[in-house]
Amino acid sequence: MSVRVALHSPTGSRSFLERGLLLLVMLIFLEGTVLTLGAASSPDISAQDNTGGGHDRRDDHRGIAGSHEHTNYTYTKKAFPVLSLDYHHIQVPFEISLWVLLASLMKLGFHLIPRLSSIVPESCLLIVVGLLVGGLIKLAGEEVPPVLDSNLFFLCLLPPIILDAGYFLPIRPFMENIGTILMFAVVGTLWNAFFVGGLLYAVCQIEGTYLSQVELLPCLLFGSIISAVDPVAVLAVFEEIHINELLHILVFGESLLNDAVTVVLYHLFEEYSGAGEVTPTDVILGVICFLIVSLGGIAVGAIYGILAAFTSRFTSHTRVIEPLFVFVYSYMAYLSAEMFHLSGIMALIACGAVMRPYVEANISHKSHTTVKYFLKMWSSVSETLIFIFLGVATVAGPHAWNWTFVSVTVILCLVSRVIGVVGLTFIINKFRIVKLTTKDQFIVAYGGLRGAIAFSLGYLLDKDLFPMRTMFLTAIITEIFFTVFVQGMTIKPLVDLLAVKKKQEAKRSINEEIHTQFLDHLLTGIEDICGHYGHHHWKDKLNRFNKKYIKKCLIAGERYKEPQLIAFYHKMEFKQAIELVESGGGVKLPSAMPSQVSMQNIQPKKLPPAVAERALPQFTKGREEEIRKILRSNLQKTRQRLRSYNRHTLVADPFEDGWNDFLLKKQRMIELEKKMTEMSNYLTVPAAPPDSPTMCRARLASDPNAFYNIKASSDGVPTIQVDLASPQSPDSVNMLNEFSKRGATDQGLGQREGATRDEDQGLMMKLSSAGKEEKEEGGNKNPGLMRCLSDPGPSNEDEEDEPFLP
Amino acid sequence: MGSTNSTLSKIPNVEELMQETGFTPAHIVRLYDRFEALDKEKTGHLRPQDFGAINRLAMNPIGDRIIGAFFSPGQETVDFHSFVRILAHFRPADKKRPKDPSMPEPVNSRTSKLKFAFQLYDQDKDGKISRAELLQVLRSMLEMQVTEEQLESIADRTIQEADLDKDDAISFEEFRKSLEKVNIDHKMSIRFLR
Repeated sequence: MSVRVALHSPTGSRSFLERGLLLLVMLIFLEGTVLTLGAASSPDISAQDNTGGGHDRRDDHRGIAGSHEHTNYTYTKKAFPVLSLDYHHIQVPFEISLWVLLASLMKLGFHLIPRLSSIVPESCLLIVVGLLVGGLIKLAGEEVPPVLDSNLFFLCLLPPIILDAGYFLPIRPFMENIGTILMFAVVGTLWNAFFVGGLLYAVCQIEGTYLSQVELLPCLLFGSIISAVDPVAVLAVFEEIHINELLHILVFGESLLNDAVTVVLYHLFEEYSGAGEVTPTDVILGVICFLIVSLGGIAVGAIYGILAAFTSRFTSHTRVIEPLFVFVYSYMAYLSAEMFHLSGIMALIACGAVMRPYVEANISHKSHTTVKYFLKMWSSVSETLIFIFLGVATVAGPHAWNWTFVSVTVILCLVSRVIGVVGLTFIINKFRIVKLTTKDQFIVAYGGLRGAIAFSLGYLLDKDLFPMRTMFLTAIITEIFFTVFVQGMTIKPLVDLLAVKKKQEAKRSINEEIHTQFLDHLLTGIEDICGHYGHHHWKDKLNRFNKKYIKKCLIAGERYKEPQLIAFYHKMEFKQAIELVESGGGVKLPSAMPSQVSMQNIQPKKLPPAVAERALPQFTKGREEEIRKILRSNLQKTRQRLRSYNRHTLVADPFEDGWNDFLLKKQRMIELEKKMTEMSNYLTVPAAPPDSPTMCRARLASDPNAFYNIKASSDGVPTIQVDLASPQSPDSVNMLNEFSKRGATDQGLGQREGATRDEDQGLMMKLSSAGKEEKEEGGNKNPGLMRCLSDPGPSNEDEEDEPFLP
Repeated sequence: MGSTNSTLSKIPNVEELMQETGFTPAHIVRLYDRFEALDKEKTGHLRPQDFGAINRLAMNPIGDRIIGAFFSPGQETVDFHSFVRILAHFRPADKKRPKDPSMPEPVNSRTSKLKFAFQLYDQDKDGKISRAELLQVLRSMLEMQVTEEQLESIADRTIQEADLDKDDAISFEEFRKSLEKVNIDHKMSIRFLR
């Protein structure tokens, strides 16, 4: 087996570049080797085919009558095999894992090579890798496995991506633009399908192209397959260009919703290609079918979504399996919809979008993180695999290249997309308040990428009914390559060139939140005065209905009463505090709590009993224990990692409850710090700032006699005010000690922190001066801690800040 | 259209009104019909009770503020002209308007819309949204579901975020700045009033 490996040493001799390239090449080599080995040793290769490899063994186990009897009755003694190789036994899972591993390592590899990922979108690189792997396998003389098998694609690879998209779909922009999106998805796709199909047929009829055997219906079928904008490709490319929300949601929404149209057209033409003609009745049936497919899909998804939301209401005692419900219900929604030939994609989107607000109100913070990370992980792996498989499938063939057909297809697709978008926008702009400009139209048209769905649909075609299937496949692949490579690569520079508005990076502020709600109410009021049943009216009605009935059923405990503004506010505080902690500074938790005597007696208006039971019953000591635990777990994540491995101890979540007030206190501190730096030499013990009821909610007792120690100084003179109204318990002192040991760092936090460190020292003065040295030491440890604390994770999208139906 | 014209002729100074607000005759007629429907006693003026009769408005948390916005200070009634002028704020902005500094700001421009919203917050008309006024709005929007402390911390945070000149109140400029990312034209326009 000869393998041609192109190794060239880059001129820069940058170690990363070399390393990256070497890594890539080795991986491809490895993959090719293993697969060919597997191919050579087993008669039947198919990534998902069970009847290969483990055939013998499985027959033994199943004991199927008439299968080969492998247990010999004549017993010949041979040497006991100390070490043996049995590849067939593990072949299928091994190959699957190998593909997944390859995909993930590829992703890693691309980012090691510095400038590559900024020029070429990842999808292109992955296709190239797939081509290489396929090429290797082919060179080895083995048959390339048909990896992009339609079953595998539609049942395993596509759902995670769509679920990820649906669960994190930004509902508000989606709903605001739903008219436009539907127009593009339905009318646009129909237009594309008929235009491309019809003109292709016309071209085929021209003499001299040797294509006259291609009939109208297959052409239309081809048109409908190729005209659908692909969500996977759009996501992959648009993710990297950070375009503004409106355009993103338009193209992306269109790619999701055109699934229904595609499904109907595909089935319609496929059915009637055999018959050879389509009557008007069929057309009407087709329209009805479309309505059923789309609405049915959405209904199925919504039902499963509500079921999931309802289930999550009861999961407070088994937090570990909460994410599982999200995934399983969604997958079942997809499968159920596919069972009835409804639109699985729309079911999945509906399921995710419906369940999300309720599930998020019910599940714990950790489960939420788990869901988010798992979804991102799976969708990322799926996407990578899809592109690689596309490359492999291209090499696998079989191909039937026909210059005319392919080139006309590519040109027609582009032309029809442009005409379609321009024409539709003209009509749509009459109904929109915020019009779509020419630039927007260009991006929408240019962003219409085709992808693996088109390929899989083409692959599904019956060879007998469609003798020109291979030609279709070739054309589809060419079109996909064209859009992904050419359009995908050039869209980023074009976006910069045309100065299209980019995504706003900043998160929503609480001002925006309050004012937009206010404006919503205002507009609803004005609409009522005008007697106009406008879109605010219906939104308001839906909101009321939601609050009154639905939330009661689907949200656990008393949290349904929590208004969305409060939830938003909490999220913001939470996030900000986490950011503060991760930046490693400004973390000063005074051991003394503000005087809470008055606070304790004020019961929050409705102390939610369910929430009360979430909070731990506490004593002062227990309180400090909890704080210590928080500090420990947060600041010493490296050591903590292996500790609580037991599944069952994951349940109790004091972290969450203590977190709230811990963070709010921190915020108070910062605000006070700010105020303090303006006051000069002004020693006060200010009144305890009003305590947020989140704190009341989270804890039931606090240290009533302690005071809040603050130092007022603007010029670093450590004027210390230690007000000991109460003897501080040794526990709290200990904790502070620990605290300052590890928490203080002044990395880039400026003068404010300088002031606060003095304060820490001040507070610690009664302890020991040893604290100071320890702090220095703490500073050195911090880079390590920073690394483990900093976890960028999947890109922080502001879908999390989106309130449901604002 | 006969009915339009006849209705239009009933309204005094309708030309001037259309000029000022930019409404088309069809809009004016529609609004006039609505005005008459609200004006149950046919006095030609609307009183707060007439607005109060709109059921859905009663459920609106800021309903009374909105009603209050229609009445100029000191006035007890609203005539058709004022009614239309207030509603003109909610017309979608004209994109094609040339920027002519000599002409007064049209009533449905982004700034005017924001100013209208600002005035709803700023009940005492001192040009700033004080902490107390913000608290009032929050209280009415959150409908007694939250505690006073939560409201106060939200109000604090809101002012802290928006307040650039540190006067513990939000001026119009600060208000405008905090909403610069929001598409006001979209948010504060009623479609049919195009």
